[in-house]
Amino acid sequence: KGSNEESAPSVSANSIKITDITQDGETLTFAITSQKSSSSAGVCVFRTYEDFDWLQQSLLSQEDVPGLLGVIFPPLPGKPLPSTSFTQAKALKQFGFLALGDEWKIYCKALELYLQQVAAHTTLSKSKALSSFFSSTESPGKHRGKKGIFKRLSHVMEEMRKEGHKDVDKFFQSERDSCTHLSVLFKVSTEKFLDTVLTKQKLAVACGHFSTSLHLVCNHDNPAAVTFSKICLKLSDIIEAVKVNFEKVSDNDVSSMGLALDLESRYQEAKKEMLFRRTCKLVELEAANRNSERAKPNKKAIMEGVQKATQKEFNLISSVAKKEIEQYHRARVSVLRDFLVSWCEKQLSTAQETSALFSQHLEACRGFVV
Amino acid sequence: MAASSERSPPPFPESEEQELEPDLEDEDSDEGADIFTGGMLSDVVMDPPLPTSASEPAKDIFSDAPADSFNDPLNKTSAEPEKTESTGLSKAQVVSLVDKAADDEDLFSDPLGESEDVSAEVHKASQNDVVSKADLFGDDDEEDLFKEPLGAVTKKPQVPLFTEEPNDIFTEAKAGSKAPSDLFTEETFTAPSAAAAAKPSVNTGSKTNGLHSDEEDLFAEATVELSLDSPHNDKRKREAAKPSVPASTLSSSASTSKPQPKTLEELEEEENEDKFDLNISVTNPEKVGKFTPTPITTLSMFRSKQFVVRRRFSDFLGLYEKLSEKHAQNGYIVPPPPEKSILGMTKVKVGKEDPSSAEFVERRRAALERYLQRVVCHPSLLQDPDVREFLEKEELPRAVGTQALSGAGFLKMINKATDAVSKMTIKMNESDVWFEEKLQEVESEDQQLRKLHAMVDSLVIHRKELSMNTAMFAKSVAMLGSSEDNTALSRALSQLAEVEDRIEQLHQDQASNDFFIFAELLADYIRLLGAVRACFDQRMKAWQRWQDAQNMLQKKRETEAKLLWANKPDKLQQAKDEIVEWEAKVSQYERDFERVSATVRKEVIRYEKEKTRDFKKQIIRYLESLLQSQQQLIKYWEAFLPEAKAIA
Repeated sequence: KGSNEESAPSVSANSIKITDITQDGETLTFAITSQKSSSSAGVCVFRTYEDFDWLQQSLLSQEDVPGLLGVIFPPLPGKPLPSTSFTQAKALKQFGFLALGDEWKIYCKALELYLQQVAAHTTLSKSKALSSFFSSTESPGKHRGKKGIFKRLSHVMEEMRKEGHKDVDKFFQSERDSCTHLSVLFKVSTEKFLDTVLTKQKLAVACGHFSTSLHLVCNHDNPAAVTFSKICLKLSDIIEAVKVNFEKVSDNDVSSMGLALDLESRYQEAKKEMLFRRTCKLVELEAANRNSERAKPNKKAIMEGVQKATQKEFNLISSVAKKEIEQYHRARVSVLRDFLVSWCEKQLSTAQETSALFSQHLEACRGFVV
Repeated sequence: MAASSERSPPPFPESEEQELEPDLEDEDSDEGADIFTGGMLSDVVMDPPLPTSASEPAKDIFSDAPADSFNDPLNKTSAEPEKTESTGLSKAQVVSLVDKAADDEDLFSDPLGESEDVSAEVHKASQNDVVSKADLFGDDDEEDLFKEPLGAVTKKPQVPLFTEEPNDIFTEAKAGSKAPSDLFTEETFTAPSAAAAAKPSVNTGSKTNGLHSDEEDLFAEATVELSLDSPHNDKRKREAAKPSVPASTLSSSASTSKPQPKTLEELEEEENEDKFDLNISVTNPEKVGKFTPTPITTLSMFRSKQFVVRRRFSDFLGLYEKLSEKHAQNGYIVPPPPEKSILGMTKVKVGKEDPSSAEFVERRRAALERYLQRVVCHPSLLQDPDVREFLEKEELPRAVGTQALSGAGFLKMINKATDAVSKMTIKMNESDVWFEEKLQEVESEDQQLRKLHAMVDSLVIHRKELSMNTAMFAKSVAMLGSSEDNTALSRALSQLAEVEDRIEQLHQDQASNDFFIFAELLADYIRLLGAVRACFDQRMKAWQRWQDAQNMLQKKRETEAKLLWANKPDKLQQAKDEIVEWEAKVSQYERDFERVSATVRKEVIRYEKEKTRDFKKQIIRYLESLLQSQQQLIKYWEAFLPEAKAIA
């Protein structure tokens, strides 16, 4: 997501790859390779989830970026918990699609995308924390700074009331409305899609059982029984092929469409959070306006000062937000397109493979002499 | 999903039941599932209230009677139903009547007088007895219910087994109308009841009989089209033979007759039998009015002639019973008919037009078709005049005694008990180890098939689940598409929703294939194994009979020796005569045993060949459906790809 522009010393977004993951007890370590845009030399660093978290917090708490509140921050996937402490069901509930796939494959992909999105962002790519993340030999997360105050904002219950606060700008009001609406729809779609994938996996398991049982059909010595066993073996192979097909199909699902839906859902959340921050600022501004009007003469100057400052912040946030939203719309469509095309191509290819395999089996069965 | 709950039948009879009841298949024609399980095999949720073993004896007795006696199988058959039906009798009465029909079975020989007394007593016995006996016989219950005299309507509540349908039937019976009382029992009662000893009960019996038959007819409307044709006529006739009753007209007619919608189903089965080019088609059944017998069309062609006849479900069961009576004792494997299903039939009867009842109808149709195909594939059974009659005769007499319960009653029970005991004590001196090995193979095969069936069931359930989930996903994507601002993305999402909808249909079809191709195949073979076991049992019985005769001969010889010793010349001649008689019997029974053994052997080999051929055929069918599914899928994805690429 985001454009591909990078300033000279920053990391080239496209080069970021998570190449390996190791697990030590409860800790997962990711090996990340990247290149600076100015050189072809690759750099590899090892980071844990704490480091990613530190990066996100650092980005959120940058102080010298005007209108930072208006930025849609690329969403960081939640903290992974290795299977030792999590049951599959819990993991699914927490992470949805990211919990599926062999050995955190999908989760790694999501992390990778996160880094790429940050590195590609006009404003965020310039962050010192980011370049430190990619080049520092030490684990940056070890020195935890202050927590991003922004993050806290979104989660405070009393702030929730502000969610519905009427906007002064038609553009933003409509964005807020559609965001709420769409994010619900995407959540539902993600859930339903996950259901289909899980059922396909169940089917694969059931096919496996069936295939194994067929394999065990008893082998007596007489010729009739031998022939029958052969038939059962043939069927066992066929069912095995059906099983493999289900596994491939669900893999394709997870790695493209599933990931896409997950990403879309989380990004919509990020956009929602940004809009909420702006709304909170709006509420603050309107309060400042009222205070300024009602201020007693001795306080008036101060109140007006506050009002002016708040107005300036708000305008800044709104202008950044507007750009961000436009960028978001463009990028989002492009990302969804890529994932949909990739998904379709994968499924098509799998269907063709399986079809060929079934054809072979059919020929063999037809020629089987009873 | 209703369908899946219906479709997951309690698996097949515990092997124990089958051990005890070699001739299960005989009686249960009407009771369908009962035959093999002593319980409902299919949809029915209810279980026989009593241990099936209890029901087994009843059936056994019945089957033994006709099987072992070489007199008047017909008489017996007709006698049985009448007894049971007409009087709503307890089994005892039935038994006595059966005895009356003459029997050279030791077990069954009762002086006429005694049995009649018994029957009279029984008849007078409180109707409660009937009901309780009904309970005894598991599935037979339905029949018991129906056999009860009209006045016994009140008994209904005591037998909670049955669905509302039977209850309804009873209320109609109460009204005195010829309401079908039994889903599954057939007419059979009317004719024999006339000959029944107990007169008063006859009337009620016939009424109940009528009820039964109507009931059955309502459901059974299977039009079995059997056609025998020479090869070059085959294709032509097969096409012509397909009844062109579109499903829509059937359903419309069904909907118009609201109160008791009955669909007239024409079952069409097509089968090519090499030798006779026998094409059997069982077309979908239609419902007819409640009060009219439901005809079933069968199309059969013998020597370039085409027959279309209509048969009720009960007729199929009747055919089975006849064949079983005649051939089972000789060691033939008589293919078992499909099971009855109270629950399924009830739904169909009350006109539930939901997918589960449609599925049930299709399932039954397919099962009847396979059943007939198996029968005509059997070289010996095909020659049987009953089969010919079934395929050709315009109207089958409704009086054909197929009332499973009708037969045995007490006699069955006793016989079965005896059988059980004798089996335990028989250590058959197996001269031919082939039989022993084969029996073991059959046992293990039974277990394996059951296991496989469970797996296929689970597969079907998951597929249906996938189909449902896919449908929900499709809907959610459709909503996304309509809310999406970007035009191209919105269109692509809507397209995706359509693709997913079509994929859902593919899943549905595949689930149906899983079921109809494999689950039913496995179910058929599990039931067939019951028949195979039965023929082994027959052989055992033949052996037992031979042994018993040898023992008897021995006794007679001892008696003769004693008489010689005691010097009683007057009795001596009688003793000598008896010896001669028993010597003849011994050699007769030995020959029988050899003959039955040879038949069993041949049959088992034929069965194994047929099984392999059957499985191969089904596997190919399955593969073809899988392949087609994949190719459809390829088409759908190929169509979607450009849409996805067009997003901008």
